[in-house]
Amino acid sequence: MADPTYRRPDPGSQPDYLYEPYTSTIRRAPRQPLVVIPQTLSERTGPLFGHDTTTEASSDLTRQHAGEPLGERIIVTGRVLDDRGRPVPHTLVEIWQANAAGRYFHKKDDHRAPLDPNFSGGGRALTDSNGCYRFVTIKPGAYPWQNHENAWRPAHIHFSLFGPAFVTRLVTQMYFPGDPLFDFDPIFQSIRDPRARERLIARFDLGTTQPEWALGFRFDIVLRGRDATPFED
Amino acid sequence: MEHTPSQTIGPFFHLSLTVDQAAGCLAGPETKGERIRLACKVLDGDALPVDDAMIELWQADAGGRYDHPEDPRRGAHDSAFRGFGRLATNAEGACIFESVKPGRVPASDGALQAPHINVGLFARGLLKRAVTRIYFSGNPANQSDPVLALVPENRRDTLMARPDAGDAARWSFDIHLCGERETVFFDL
Repeated sequence: MADPTYRRPDPGSQPDYLYEPYTSTIRRAPRQPLVVIPQTLSERTGPLFGHDTTTEASSDLTRQHAGEPLGERIIVTGRVLDDRGRPVPHTLVEIWQANAAGRYFHKKDDHRAPLDPNFSGGGRALTDSNGCYRFVTIKPGAYPWQNHENAWRPAHIHFSLFGPAFVTRLVTQMYFPGDPLFDFDPIFQSIRDPRARERLIARFDLGTTQPEWALGFRFDIVLRGRDATPFED
Repeated sequence: MEHTPSQTIGPFFHLSLTVDQAAGCLAGPETKGERIRLACKVLDGDALPVDDAMIELWQADAGGRYDHPEDPRRGAHDSAFRGFGRLATNAEGACIFESVKPGRVPASDGALQAPHINVGLFARGLLKRAVTRIYFSGNPANQSDPVLALVPENRRDTLMARPDAGDAARWSFDIHLCGERETVFFDL
């Protein structure tokens, strides 16, 4: 009996390494064909993280300093699922983002927009037994970058996920609905299938929105899941 | 359900992902096994250092076991060993991990793989993770490793860490993202 393995992503759902409009790929994208290898124990295991990795403040980015950050307070929540729709419980979700003015708390960010002394922009949370995570934060601003003339990134939050195995690791970005910059952003456009791109756009959700407090957005993430062995089905 | 697409980690991940400098140390004083100090370096297609990459390591303990429910030998795992490490590269494109030499991990057919460390690499300009493995140059088990056997022979040396001439505990591993000496990357 072969070991059950994690399904490969559908072609078109993932960007290629080389996408020339995103100029940093030109000197960094691997060009040789990838070598397909079996999923051994090395690939089917991976780091697991416990509750000692997170605190209450780590998932509320508005409460990490003495005062409140400026900007539009938002709730970002969703589920981490595998490709058969099963929840991925107790997995680490890490985020990072610019502040409301579009500036990262990072020494290499030289955008002439103000830093916010009450906002660092990093967060972490574990999913619960249903695969749910929840962050409270500030809506990030768009910011300029040097990729091409008048280049601006659409507002986004970076997400890092582990899932149950080395093969399920994913780093991605979450976008906001209706952003006028989508058509001009080579990082977003590097995903060729428009339906796949849509999966990176959070959905405004009135049910998540809290009256007199914060707008709510839902963003579900689908990681690679296991194929069943013939004996399991 | 359809998979969520990958996007680049970008240049600013440090503020969240690599705050913990101790994440480069997989082995403490209690850890069993042969100590190694592994200097990794990331280079671009012009052989210039990539100073904003993140390297993640995932490896078995000195006995070849993973601390994970998938490993049937998990109970015997060395609890003083953390199998996961991650660091950002510095201005020279480099970072240094402290670990132990991993033991041999079973392959699917029951044969043993050569000692190896699984590597996930992220950087600005990488739209998705690049995955490779670090093997140890000169290890006789490399000759029969089932994964190395899938790699074209003339490219296998890109997966070899090299020992320092003066100190057998010090190893170095260069990752060439592209260019003439492009490292072998895997599709898992």
